[in-house]
Amino acid sequence: MADLAVRSASKEASPTWLERVSDAFWRRPGLLLAVLLAPPLLWLGVVYLGSLFALLAHSFFSIDEFSGVIVYEFTLSTYAELFAPAHIDIIVRTVTMAICVTIAAAIIAFPIAYYAARYAKGRWKALFYLGVMLPLWSSYLVKVYSWKLILAREGILNWLFETLHLTWLLEAYLAIPLIGGNSLSVSSTGTFLVFVYVWLPFMILPIQAALERVPVTMLEASSDLGAAPAQTLRHVLLPLALPGIVAGSIFTFSLTLGDYIIPQIVGSSRRFIGQAVYAYQGTAGNIPLAAAFAVIPIIIMAIYLWLAKRKGAFDAL
Amino acid sequence: MHSSGAPFWLKAAAIGGLMFMHIPILLIFVYAFTTEDRSYQWPPPGLTLDWFAVTWNRSDVWAALGLSLRVAAISTVIALILGTLCAAAVSRTKFFGRETISLLVILPIALPGIITGISLRSAFNLADIPFSFWTIVLGHATFCVVVVYNNAVARFRRTSGSLVEASMDLGANSFQTFRYVILPNISTALLAGGMLAFALSFDEVIVTTFTAGQQQTLPIWMLEELVRPRQRPVTNVVAMVVVLVTFLPILGAYYLTRGTDTVAGQGK
Repeated sequence: MADLAVRSASKEASPTWLERVSDAFWRRPGLLLAVLLAPPLLWLGVVYLGSLFALLAHSFFSIDEFSGVIVYEFTLSTYAELFAPAHIDIIVRTVTMAICVTIAAAIIAFPIAYYAARYAKGRWKALFYLGVMLPLWSSYLVKVYSWKLILAREGILNWLFETLHLTWLLEAYLAIPLIGGNSLSVSSTGTFLVFVYVWLPFMILPIQAALERVPVTMLEASSDLGAAPAQTLRHVLLPLALPGIVAGSIFTFSLTLGDYIIPQIVGSSRRFIGQAVYAYQGTAGNIPLAAAFAVIPIIIMAIYLWLAKRKGAFDAL
Repeated sequence: MHSSGAPFWLKAAAIGGLMFMHIPILLIFVYAFTTEDRSYQWPPPGLTLDWFAVTWNRSDVWAALGLSLRVAAISTVIALILGTLCAAAVSRTKFFGRETISLLVILPIALPGIITGISLRSAFNLADIPFSFWTIVLGHATFCVVVVYNNAVARFRRTSGSLVEASMDLGANSFQTFRYVILPNISTALLAGGMLAFALSFDEVIVTTFTAGQQQTLPIWMLEELVRPRQRPVTNVVAMVVVLVTFLPILGAYYLTRGTDTVAGQGK
């Protein structure tokens, strides 16, 4: 603090206003903190929290059935509408899809993450890193579009089955109700594939981060003590990777719950939560019902995050 | 388990997984050259460069691209300012509610995009705000802050506080210290964060559909083509260009932060 005295003494002549502000920041760190925090807090507080509040408020309004105008009065009738069988159907379908996508993504992601964390060195490490990062950041719509090309009736996948003389297998599969359909691009399987593809990098990164922290010596100790590789995987590696898997599942789960574009472009006509939100706020102009629908993923994610926190998943983020 | 080489099944699964992630994107590049213009036929019956010229002369594509670039540029600037301020505050001092602020910054990207979208839509409806260029920017800047924040906060943590004290001891005021000491230290992290924020905004579609009204950004143009395909060859070319355009900032951000303990792009 001695320097402060020297400094102000040397500038006593005529401190400019900039220097005066600067001195005030030095004397009162709280002031600096307030100046730093005010713009981002105002922005996020007003724009984001304000909007979330507007969403919540709308979910307690209702729409006049005859005029289609929003009635700005408190009611629970919009939430009651959610319990209509068709709506329950949408919710169950979306959550089931989110669970399936999360499990599949974890299974595909684990070997990639494990290889990158343990065996890839130098150039290979950089290659794996970019190999995950480029698909993560490349355009979401382009990724969905590429699957429209792949799954199309005249597309590469059907061509592949044809070349291998396996068309009968594909047709038998598509004949299965619920997961099948007229072609892959209008089946739930198609939707599932695209979801897994698009969210996969979100699962790889946290698992890799968790596995990087596992010391190799621990795995060696396990095999020295007589564990077969499968036992080491089951009893040492998986429990240590679990926080990473849970962290990744937060992304895959949350993103699947809220997406409305993938099932609209690749999939059957059966709706997901995101599509319901989008449809109700759009042509129907029923913002209250759309808002009430949007509250469901928030509640599901809140429960999920609470469970994940207890598993220690946030340390792996 | 050997400590030297990976078991075969692991290697195969890892490389297979990487291929699963990259082949669909590579396919886009092939389709941009196909002569077939009515279906997604594979293998392509022939290859041509004609569609590049056709796309070049499309005014709607240029208009959408222009809007996307303007939105991304302004959102990035706002995100850079807000993200850096927030990171500086959080990393410099410990104060009450610090964890809450980190959570607040991450929330727009942790919750599904549709929530941010419908929330903004509800707010515009309540406040009677008509859709405009600025309603799009409002949404984009909100979720871009986190990208800049993550990059800046990691760098602030590595920058030693004694540097700032030394600068002050030598008689620099806060602004000079920021300009000559702090900024050079965090500049590459900010550049990387800015590039990622730009890429994020340039590509965003879910929130944008709720905040754009009738305006068309490039992703919205693509979405309409996906739902109702009208000019497949033009869409193929645009898709390829978009892939190339987004790869550049990612590679740039990677090279800027390579070798540090936190490489950019981990969180999206």
